[in-house]
Amino acid sequence: MLNDLILAPSQACGAFRLVPLLRNNFRTDLRLGLSKESGFAVDLSKAVYISYIPHALVVEWTNDSTPVATLGTQLKNVRTRSQVSPGVFRRMAKRLDGHRLRFLPLHLAMEGLLALHFGGPTVQWGYFSRQAISKGMSPRVESSVAGWAIEGFDEALRVFEIHEGQVGVLVFVADALATAFATPHPNDYRALHDTLLQDFFGELIWHYAVMYPSLPPCEFPARPESIHTLADLRGAVQVMRQEWAEFGRTASVGLLDVPVTAEKVYEAGPFRLERFIGSLDPSAENHIGERIVAPDGSLQYLKTFRLSAAQTRRAYLLKQLADNDWNIERIAKKYNLTANDILLQYESNGYGWLFHQHVLDAARAYAHRKA
Amino acid sequence: MFAERTQREDIVHFFNACYACTGQREFYENANSQRVSLDFLHQYVLVNYRSIYARSLAVGINHFNQAQIILRLLASGKEAVSNEGALIARALATMPPQRAWKTLRDARRLGINNRRTRAIARDYLRGRDAVFDCVKYRNKVKAVACHNHLSLPGEAGRFLFEKRVAVFQTPLFEQVRRAWHSAEAMYELPFTVAEGLATKHRIPREQFLAKIQSRMTQAEKLRLQKTADIEVDLSRSPLTKLALYALSLPELADEIVAAMQRATERLLHRTSLALGKVAAVLDNSYSSSGTQEKKRRPLGVAWAVDRVLAAASREYRAFWTHPFEGAKPEARGATDLSTPILDALETSPELLVIVSDAVENDPPGGASAVLKFWQSQLDPTGRVTIVHFNPVFSASDYAPRSLAEGVPTVGLRDAESLPTALAFARFATGTATRADLESFLDRRVEEFLARAEDGHVE
Repeated sequence: MLNDLILAPSQACGAFRLVPLLRNNFRTDLRLGLSKESGFAVDLSKAVYISYIPHALVVEWTNDSTPVATLGTQLKNVRTRSQVSPGVFRRMAKRLDGHRLRFLPLHLAMEGLLALHFGGPTVQWGYFSRQAISKGMSPRVESSVAGWAIEGFDEALRVFEIHEGQVGVLVFVADALATAFATPHPNDYRALHDTLLQDFFGELIWHYAVMYPSLPPCEFPARPESIHTLADLRGAVQVMRQEWAEFGRTASVGLLDVPVTAEKVYEAGPFRLERFIGSLDPSAENHIGERIVAPDGSLQYLKTFRLSAAQTRRAYLLKQLADNDWNIERIAKKYNLTANDILLQYESNGYGWLFHQHVLDAARAYAHRKA
Repeated sequence: MFAERTQREDIVHFFNACYACTGQREFYENANSQRVSLDFLHQYVLVNYRSIYARSLAVGINHFNQAQIILRLLASGKEAVSNEGALIARALATMPPQRAWKTLRDARRLGINNRRTRAIARDYLRGRDAVFDCVKYRNKVKAVACHNHLSLPGEAGRFLFEKRVAVFQTPLFEQVRRAWHSAEAMYELPFTVAEGLATKHRIPREQFLAKIQSRMTQAEKLRLQKTADIEVDLSRSPLTKLALYALSLPELADEIVAAMQRATERLLHRTSLALGKVAAVLDNSYSSSGTQEKKRRPLGVAWAVDRVLAAASREYRAFWTHPFEGAKPEARGATDLSTPILDALETSPELLVIVSDAVENDPPGGASAVLKFWQSQLDPTGRVTIVHFNPVFSASDYAPRSLAEGVPTVGLRDAESLPTALAFARFATGTATRADLESFLDRRVEEFLARAEDGHVE
């Protein structure tokens, strides 16, 4: 995914390891900036998304690759506020005056996850409850932790020394990838570095930050016998730097090398804003996120959220149902289990309300008898 | 043997901390952890190495730590060693008066009152212009006089303690009394005293600053450069302060460059530092921007050291971690120490000076490995002397953070103490013995007590 981005040696602070992402050639016809708008709800015309939304991002582009000035530095008077009442956004991604698009970072991706099979059962099998049939999955809820609530994250961001030409960062907590963030231009990154504190993270990351207060140091790759000249030392430092970049790549393999299901959100001139969901394989790490892809296939913007194991499982179970025509027996047959086992699995993951009470009671009685 | 080594390391640790630490917030640590760490060090050295603790007043440590030492010595008079009193008196006399008075006042805050403290306060007052100090440091002098039962000369007692006095015979006291009622008389007073009265008389700040200029000290003029149009004779300011002032400006004016040049010359004239072929690795990464309390201090120190070395050495080359185009460095970017160190070593200098906070991240641990391998594999005989100066105290290490084992790390607060720090560097490597350290201390104490008051104030 990070084809033209270069990974630089990481900077560690407490449980955090921040890997800078550098870009040699950056475009100037696409710029990203911060909009200070904040809110608590998004009107999606047929549904309402409710969350704490402390900021929004604004992307500006040109169609003919003429450069765009950094957001907020133009002399012209631009309206950045929407006309709806304060606190409520209209749509996740909204076109503003000129070539500008306002979107809500991570909420865009999270809404994509929450909207999965939101309509509920498409086949009305007898075991589905009245609520599941009439209301679908509404209200669908997931929880997360704000960046500023994560122990030591503010300190790690404060002491981080931004590289020249840095356009992004991979944030690892206890060497688990928490988020990846990339912008089109180094100046945009400098302006948006602190906004990572206002993004949200999974519960897992919050736990890791508390449980692992420090990280292991790194090793120098050379042996004393192999050093004969200063050039050898210089070479060894180069190898060390590469090894560190390699570490970033191997540690982020769960995000970068996994096929994702992407969905186009907006076509901004030649650029494409997409949101994506990872494989949802419960045994692997899973990320959801959003990205802007340039016509040449390079990644101009990226922001990801790592799903916790429970969140993955919930999404996975829902996907299983949808893939199998909402038929419990068919799933049971697929995994060589009984329908009762499957029902109990759904119940233990918080989906008990999908089924009639007497169906669940029967399943529980069956399990009791078997034990 | 191990006992000797432990003792030596303890002492070197302590001196290093006293050179660098001011108990203020640093880039990587907060003020509280700095204070706790330093307090521990002081208490530890006071109890275990009292004679060294007292003599450390003479080795050119910073004023903050001098004040700490004086207070701790005064608080524990029973175990006093010989010539402790003389050292304390001398240290107070060389400190800037506001700091000396504050130290004596802190004795009251801490409840230190014994015969020696009273005698020291009395002698200090005798050595000063009592009338001027009563006016300028009124609250502090009042507190010290009260606490130590000082007998004040002339009308000072009435000036400090009596509410209503008709007329003073002493001209300065009379001036203060008149300034209470007339705005014109106020301009004859020291700046800090007049400042309060100006508010009372509701005089606009700009008008006040324009008229009071002649009564300002050099430091006050430099500090208020940006708030008002104040003429300042830059050639009187010390180098590090000038460097910090220059870094705070958007554009570097020629007169500041010239003033820095002159300050460097003055510094070298005073200390006669002569070096051979020198290379310097200077850190201007983002962390050298310091904190709100010590804004750009590490960068300013590095730049000032660069200026001093350029003037003092026969052949000099500087290697910044981020080479800059303009006239002054800027604190920006990640810390890659290994590349400039390798570049510097390639020029085969006699002395390699590294000024950095020793937190490197591009790659982490690269510079320490380079230095270690250089010393063990490429230069086992030590042709190149390497010294690391660290302007930042690291609370968790109880010392300025070091780069590599064989490289001496010395705390450095300003470029003015560079000669002292260079002399001290040989103790930090561990090659010198405790006896060497003792003789070094004795020599410094002799110089310290013998030196006539030259009025050197930073």
